[in-house]
Amino acid sequence: MTILTFTILLLAGAYLAGLVGSLTGLGGGVVIIPLLTLVFHVDIRYAIGAALLASIANSSGAASAYVKEGITNIRLGMFLEIATTVGAVAGAVIAVYTPTNTIAILFGSILLFSAAMTLRKKNEEALLAGSAAANKLKLNNSYPTKAGEVSYHLKNVGAGFSIMTVAGIFSGLLGIGSGALKVLAMDSTMHIPFKVSTTTSNFMIGVTAAASAVVYLQRGYMDAGIAFPVVLGVLAGAFTGSKLLTRIDARVLKYIFCTAIVFVAIEMIYNGYNHKF
Amino acid sequence: MKKIISKLHPADHDIEQFIGLQLRFGVLFSSFIVLAGGILYLIQSGNMSLPHYQLFIGEKAGLTTGREIWHGVTGMEAKGIIQFGVVVLIATPILRILFSLIGFILEKDRLYIGITMVVLSIMMLSIFGGLKV
Repeated sequence: MTILTFTILLLAGAYLAGLVGSLTGLGGGVVIIPLLTLVFHVDIRYAIGAALLASIANSSGAASAYVKEGITNIRLGMFLEIATTVGAVAGAVIAVYTPTNTIAILFGSILLFSAAMTLRKKNEEALLAGSAAANKLKLNNSYPTKAGEVSYHLKNVGAGFSIMTVAGIFSGLLGIGSGALKVLAMDSTMHIPFKVSTTTSNFMIGVTAAASAVVYLQRGYMDAGIAFPVVLGVLAGAFTGSKLLTRIDARVLKYIFCTAIVFVAIEMIYNGYNHKF
Repeated sequence: MKKIISKLHPADHDIEQFIGLQLRFGVLFSSFIVLAGGILYLIQSGNMSLPHYQLFIGEKAGLTTGREIWHGVTGMEAKGIIQFGVVVLIATPILRILFSLIGFILEKDRLYIGITMVVLSIMMLSIFGGLKV
């Protein structure tokens, strides 16, 4: 294969990854790693480097729109970023001592978990009274809906913070945004309405991924020949996805995608178990 | 409701607009650099056969430090330019933390000035801490 053919194929693949990632809310990184390792037989470390860049591009691109609409809770995001960045740096350090096969198995498991999380029921109710910690940290806020501004309160700040640390570790270790874990912390634990939790999670992914990306860049995980088609493809795909999202019903697509992801996850776990990475 | 909220945090709306613009500009700027470097890369070595990506070389491949990347850019090397775009992309969310900090300083929100400083310090540790092992 020449560099030109590789670039064109990867550009197309990354475009689809960005498109599907933004339509389902899972982000581009989740698709990039299996695409590079299983299809192009690229070393998983290069794949992790590329996936981190895809996560940053995806998050920053989408966040710019959500932040302007005032849905994102910037204070909550900033507070929880303490947890995710500490986790991400720790994850990037642990990664050195983790065999690539173990990383592949972990990645497969997180994929299965993400697929399950995508299909679960979402929390749409706003909590009326929050915990003392939430008040003290000024985490309660309001967000615009069709019926006007809705204010919400949150609880279980400590538990949410702990899950965020774990999300950060996985993000640093595997190069993904681990949006599913972030939403679990905010949506299910802290009882934040899902529109706020998904946009705030997306807002945080960029900073979380950047915290480990600087370490991986210095370790040589980011190859320019792979980064170029991945970054451009994912960005274009995510842009198309955000335009399509308002016009089509993404629910059917979610089911198809989750089924596909289960197969990919099993293949990653199987290959990791057989030491193929 | 909106009025009460905006009275509580007077500069919130402006900061949101500004951060939104900054993120968008950062992503566009970095993808423009990556595209320019990428086109040059394809012109120069598009016909060559693919490097052995199944083998991880890591740092020995170069372009892992600020100095190496900057040398690549000034020398008009395709890979150096792409890598510079990558650095701009990674810097985009980090700059966002800095702008949030300015926002909280304008609002005199001491608690969040502190929280943002903590996040920024972790980031600096990650960049300059020599964690490459």
